[in-house]
Amino acid sequence: MSDAHDNSLPALPEEEPIPNPGLPEHQWRPTDVDPKAEKRAERQVASYFVGSMICTVLFIVIYVAVDEDQTIAGFGASNVGLGVTFGLALLGMGVGLIHWARKLMGDHEIVEMRHPARSPEEDREVTLKALETGTEESGILRRPLLRNTLLGGLGLVGLPAVVILKDLNTGSYDVDQFYHTLWGATDGDDKLPKMRIARDSIGTPILASDLEIGDLVNCVPHAFYDPERYGLTEADVEGHKLQVEKSKAALILLRMEPDDIKPGKGRENWDVNGIVAYSKICTHVGCPISLNERTTHHLLCPCHQSTFDLADAGRVVFGPAGRPLPQLQLDVDEEGYLVAASDFVEPVGPSFWERDYDER
Amino acid sequence: MSVETSQVADTNSTTPATAAKPSRVGMVANWADERLALGTAMKKQLRKVFPDHWSFMLGEIALWSFVILLLTGTLLTLWFDPSMGETTYEGTYAPLRGVHMSQAFASSLEISFDVRGGLLLRQMHHWSAMIFIGAMMIHLLRVFFTGAHRKPRELNWVVGCLLLLLGTIEGFTGYSLPDDLLSGTGVRAADGFMKATPVVGSYMSMAVFGGEFPGDSIIPRFYIVHVLLIPGILLALIGAHMLLLVFHKHTQWPGPGKTEQNVVGYPLLPVYMAKAGGFFFIVFGVTALMGALLSINPVWKYGPYDPTKVTAGSQPDWYMGWPDGLLRIIPAWETHLWGHTVSWNIMIPILIMPPLMITILMLLPFVEQWITGDKREHHLLQRPRNAPTRTAFMVSLMTFYACAWAAGGNDIIAIKLHLSINQITYFLRAAIFILPLIAFIVTRRWCISLQRHDREKLLHGYETGIIMRSPEGGYSERHLPISDTEAYKLTARDRDQVYVPEEVDADGVPAPNGRINALRARLSKLMFADNIQKPTREELEEAHHHVDEEHELQAAMEGVPADGHQFDGIHTVDEERLRSDD
Repeated sequence: MSDAHDNSLPALPEEEPIPNPGLPEHQWRPTDVDPKAEKRAERQVASYFVGSMICTVLFIVIYVAVDEDQTIAGFGASNVGLGVTFGLALLGMGVGLIHWARKLMGDHEIVEMRHPARSPEEDREVTLKALETGTEESGILRRPLLRNTLLGGLGLVGLPAVVILKDLNTGSYDVDQFYHTLWGATDGDDKLPKMRIARDSIGTPILASDLEIGDLVNCVPHAFYDPERYGLTEADVEGHKLQVEKSKAALILLRMEPDDIKPGKGRENWDVNGIVAYSKICTHVGCPISLNERTTHHLLCPCHQSTFDLADAGRVVFGPAGRPLPQLQLDVDEEGYLVAASDFVEPVGPSFWERDYDER
Repeated sequence: MSVETSQVADTNSTTPATAAKPSRVGMVANWADERLALGTAMKKQLRKVFPDHWSFMLGEIALWSFVILLLTGTLLTLWFDPSMGETTYEGTYAPLRGVHMSQAFASSLEISFDVRGGLLLRQMHHWSAMIFIGAMMIHLLRVFFTGAHRKPRELNWVVGCLLLLLGTIEGFTGYSLPDDLLSGTGVRAADGFMKATPVVGSYMSMAVFGGEFPGDSIIPRFYIVHVLLIPGILLALIGAHMLLLVFHKHTQWPGPGKTEQNVVGYPLLPVYMAKAGGFFFIVFGVTALMGALLSINPVWKYGPYDPTKVTAGSQPDWYMGWPDGLLRIIPAWETHLWGHTVSWNIMIPILIMPPLMITILMLLPFVEQWITGDKREHHLLQRPRNAPTRTAFMVSLMTFYACAWAAGGNDIIAIKLHLSINQITYFLRAAIFILPLIAFIVTRRWCISLQRHDREKLLHGYETGIIMRSPEGGYSERHLPISDTEAYKLTARDRDQVYVPEEVDADGVPAPNGRINALRARLSKLMFADNIQKPTREELEEAHHHVDEEHELQAAMEGVPADGHQFDGIHTVDEERLRSDD
């Protein structure tokens, strides 16, 4: 954006082919010349203002008289009553003011001259001179050591504000947490039972024999409902800890014809009689997926429409998700309940930078 | 020891205090002026002139919506509890009684059901947020289409773009606060966006959420960002926006008596104080009626946030729709480089496109100025047709935006129109590239056609709709000259000049920056070469001469029965004689 080659362009607007006819003559309004019209306009404006006052009083009446739970034509009576009276009170003020301005206030157009945004030449010179004198007196240009150390100091002095943000998370920053869910809570501990798969909301464990072909169940770890059985405490599955575990452990259970299943490599025995389990958390940005197309075993994410084939190792068949849904290896415990054979073998949910470390 | 007070000076001015008792208003003004020098500060401001046009009101809607947001928002903070602590709901709304939820959600329910007028406040706050951002966008389009972003207002344009960006973030942090299922899903997606950031993503997510998603920190953190940090910056930027507006004085449409050197309109006191003040009440009143009658964000229907649940048809607020749409139609691009996951399917729509769009917007005035080389101040607005390429460029951006936005509702479109969501997605993947291109070409040619029409009107007058038959039997439409005012308005614009780079300078040395100048020349040609310029004075005179001749020929038929004027649809024609009656 250099100024070097602009000489070829017009510096000033050229003369118009039609001369500027100048401001049109002022037109008198009826309210300017007819005292009756003027009086009428005055009454109109005043009545808008009075209307506004009435609406404000009605607002207070409704506030006192109408209960929160009363309804009118299916609407909350209080909300409608308060909103309409308040709205009309405001509109009365607004319409009145504008009507006043249009009908009764002076309507002569005024001309004001503009001035270029740049300051006058003499001001620029004085300012420039002051800048030079000030800079010279500070000696900042003659003393590069001071200038450079000053800039260095200024650059660094903001760092504490950034550094202190590290403790926005007072807990662990280890990415390893992303790899573990409650399904593997008892992995490596032979004394504790494998995690049973429980129905979401109800909390009952699921017998493998309970499911019909085509059944889809939303599931969570049984530990949410019976933490002691898995060596956990009530506090581990409460409040925001529960939310964190839910956001990783949410599971989809689907029973299909065993012949329909095309198991992934090394996952030949991850199903139990055609029952397969996949993470419910979308590998795109982490929405819970639950729209199931029964005939195709396709699972659709309602957020961004990534579609996964549960008969084909959770493969992405459509949409923006970059990876298949993580599959959970199923097993049955001695009482016939479905359990997780182990934790997920990969992190669930959206991708992150370090994700491939594990797969290498 | 009493002091004779009548002898004590009651002013610092050099002239002695006068005996005359000033009016009450005068006393207040004097008191204030002696402390604040308001006399000088307000000398020119009280009667400051603002030009009148309906389109200048759009920015005002944004301004007043912001004031409404501050007022309703401040009241809402009195009841809202931004805490993620778990509680069991025992309030008035029966369907959710006994449900575990965060205190943020419980207090949102309390505001909606137990605080009288609380729901009204919530709905007004949400509606005015929608209007705030919508008005900013339409105001931005108005400014750009009329060339009001040109020198000296480029910096105010940049401030405006920042306001739009911050307003959007403010909206997102705001609608996430109730911690309901819908907004929680949005926050969940935001976690995915952060994690997709190369190198620092995982740590960013863990820092923002105070550990793993969702943690118990995000709502209080969003809260302070939403009620203090961003509103503070917004307020400062709006202040700067207004100060610059006052300093530059408002642009105006060209017309009789209006020039680049003046501003014509009504004074601030009283006309614009009444009109703008009245308009504040109107925007406020309409927002109140919307809050009363139009339901928005009924969080009690969504329920509290639960990471295992989601509803179909989950849509963010409208201004977040376009990045969400890009996120839906992007192919599943994820690459694995040197043991790292790079999620292009998230980075392109969310981390690259929105910042890129804002950067393009902010650079527009500077790029345009580089191409045109126009360093003059501009205070007269341009009609969109008189800058065909610029207008076409913005329409092209709008078309891109519209495609992305439609993609954000692809599930709704599929359900309402019984279409396949996959086909809508495939269509939009192509349309988002093709349609903006078509829009550019069509808009540009459309503008040029309109310019040609203006030129025709200037040279040959307007079409009267009266068909004349010549003695030879030929038919032609009669044209009449347009009024001087109208003709002046059509010619009150600059002549465009295509930039031609100098190949060699006076000494035969090739000009520096040859390649960059060639690019500038190509863009300048694209911008200006096809435009229809206004006629010169000679062309106008010649055309008028020609028209006069034609009128002379037709004058013989003036007043003769059925010269055509009778059948203009205004006069009654029952008694008219036709020429054949003679």
